[in-house]
Amino acid sequence: MDLYEYQGRDLFERHGLPVLAGGVATTPEEARAIAERLGGRVVVKAQVKVGGRGKAGGVKLAEGAEETVARATDILGMDIKGHTVHKVMITVTADVAEEYYFSYLLDRANRTFLCIASVAGGMDIEQVAAETPEKVVKAPIDANTGVDEAKAREIVAAAGFPAEVADQVVEVAVKLWQAFVAEDATLVEVNPLATTKDGKLLLLDAKVTLDENAAFRHPDHEALVDQASVDPLEQAAKEKDLNYVKLDGEVGIIGNGAGLVMSTLDVVAYAGERHGGVKPANFLDIGGGASAEVMANGLEIVLSDPSVKSVFVNVFGGITACDAVANGIVQALALLEQRGEKATKPLVVRLDGNNAEAGRAILDGANNPLIQRVDTMDGAAERAAELAAAGV
Amino acid sequence: MAIWLTKDSKVIVQGMTGSEGSKHTRRMLAAGTNVVGGVNPRKAGTTVDFDGTELPVFASVADAMKETGADVTVIFVPPQFTKAAVVEAIDAGIDLAVVITEGVPVHDTAAFWAYNVAQGERTRIIGPNCPGIASPGASNAGIIPADITGSGRIGLVSKSGTLTYQMMYELRDIGFSTCVGIGGDPIIGTTHIDALAAFEADPETDAIVMIGEIGGDAEERAAEFIKANVTKPVVGYIAGFTAPPGKTMGHAGAIISGSAGTADAKKAALEAVGVKVGKTPTETAKLMREIMSNR
Repeated sequence: MDLYEYQGRDLFERHGLPVLAGGVATTPEEARAIAERLGGRVVVKAQVKVGGRGKAGGVKLAEGAEETVARATDILGMDIKGHTVHKVMITVTADVAEEYYFSYLLDRANRTFLCIASVAGGMDIEQVAAETPEKVVKAPIDANTGVDEAKAREIVAAAGFPAEVADQVVEVAVKLWQAFVAEDATLVEVNPLATTKDGKLLLLDAKVTLDENAAFRHPDHEALVDQASVDPLEQAAKEKDLNYVKLDGEVGIIGNGAGLVMSTLDVVAYAGERHGGVKPANFLDIGGGASAEVMANGLEIVLSDPSVKSVFVNVFGGITACDAVANGIVQALALLEQRGEKATKPLVVRLDGNNAEAGRAILDGANNPLIQRVDTMDGAAERAAELAAAGV
Repeated sequence: MAIWLTKDSKVIVQGMTGSEGSKHTRRMLAAGTNVVGGVNPRKAGTTVDFDGTELPVFASVADAMKETGADVTVIFVPPQFTKAAVVEAIDAGIDLAVVITEGVPVHDTAAFWAYNVAQGERTRIIGPNCPGIASPGASNAGIIPADITGSGRIGLVSKSGTLTYQMMYELRDIGFSTCVGIGGDPIIGTTHIDALAAFEADPETDAIVMIGEIGGDAEERAAEFIKANVTKPVVGYIAGFTAPPGKTMGHAGAIISGSAGTADAKKAALEAVGVKVGKTPTETAKLMREIMSNR
């Protein structure tokens, strides 16, 4: 889960890291209250999970409460690269002397964590690394020994931080590592990490990603989910413990296993190229179990998407036998009818693997005109795309 | 002979008394796996009946190894306890630990992996969040259905469980030496490269299917490895060509970050070193079929 800047700022503050005083507002009136509390000159920043907001006019200075209200009014509701601004963060300003870069992240390739530090901050770090690689230090961090003062000193020396800020950077490096571990983050990025003209070190931006697998030990992380930006179908799916991602096509997809479902999206997209450019409408993995109830919940979500014109149910019977899956589909359609949400869109079903013959016989025996059985994955994708194109 | 798991492997199950653990212990036994016991400190000294096979429960992995000579452990414990279970297996010095558990925090995986490295990588870890390893006709450690295919001379390594099953099914008439599901998490104990190296060295494997998916750069690094080290034919498949950037597609590691981790980049890297990449699982199976029929 990616956090907004203000959530990252709050998280840093909770872990004793130096950040600017500030608050977050969803309305101009809330912005006024924060400006009055902070007093003097403030900066109003659009809260969006996309880069380039400064250039898009999403970051403005304001002097006093009235100007803050005016700037907040301008920025709230603004569209930045397809992201609507629902919140602004308001902080006091800093008199910046130097800008640096500091981050901890997961290094998948080396199966460890990595610290990236640079005295060339405030810019895109990938660009700095490409143009002046000597200015970027990448230090692997052992997950079990972490970053203590000695390790932090090593990084600070290697990156060439000036002597007068070295002690402060070491302290930030250690505390930031502690926050990274304590919060189960996979990324904490500070760009810029800045010094002020009076020599204080401040974390002026916050990019934080948290590991959703660790949610069980962080009950407080649930509150960080931005409900306003969650797709309503994704939310409904989540409440039913379904792994669903909304996409923008017309063919509803239900399958078992993440890899097979991803593969199904691809196969449907290829078939769509031959049928009016129809595309997958969603990713939905109903997992290994695939009981009638889970299938019904899945179908309900997929069929409630108004852009869906046909549904492709692609199941490989591994642990679950295909006859159980077929019964699940037939019962799911009956269950939906009982719930008063009778399905009206065609379902192309491909069953393969464990007890496939028995499963297919059950589908045929159901005599449901909505169910179309196609026994190969590629053939079924073709049929689902064709039906979606006809229904558009 | 197969890789890592043979008919001589003696398998224990950490979490054997839990619902998933007992369900799959029963299935592993039915598949002919030599399961010799389980681990649960609270039930040590008792036995569990699996359709007539009485399996002893031990207090620790070390005890189980001492009493049974076990060399493989399959871990089914919940995510909260997975790190401790793997560390215990490493401390006991077992050869192979197969971590089935899904939803393990990546800090925990990073920690047990770093611990394993610090101990000299005595233990091979497969997973977490994986279906396990099967050498058809010999042994099965994990949750891969045993009846999809028989033994043969194709090696399979895959990030995805159901795509593993699909590929085994497509090529069931030819059969497999070993099928390894390495899992879709951001940090995993056994990589494509580890499996490619083992299949290259295995006299009972003639050709290799490699299944990848979006996220990370494991497939790109595997391509470099193939170029330098693999002489056996390799056929590839990548899932997620149409996945949108920034969205996690089911597996915790299946996410395109910025321009990195796309299926197109992985396909291009594999094709650049002469690996044929199928557009669909069926097409991929067809490419492998052609290779095997020309032998």
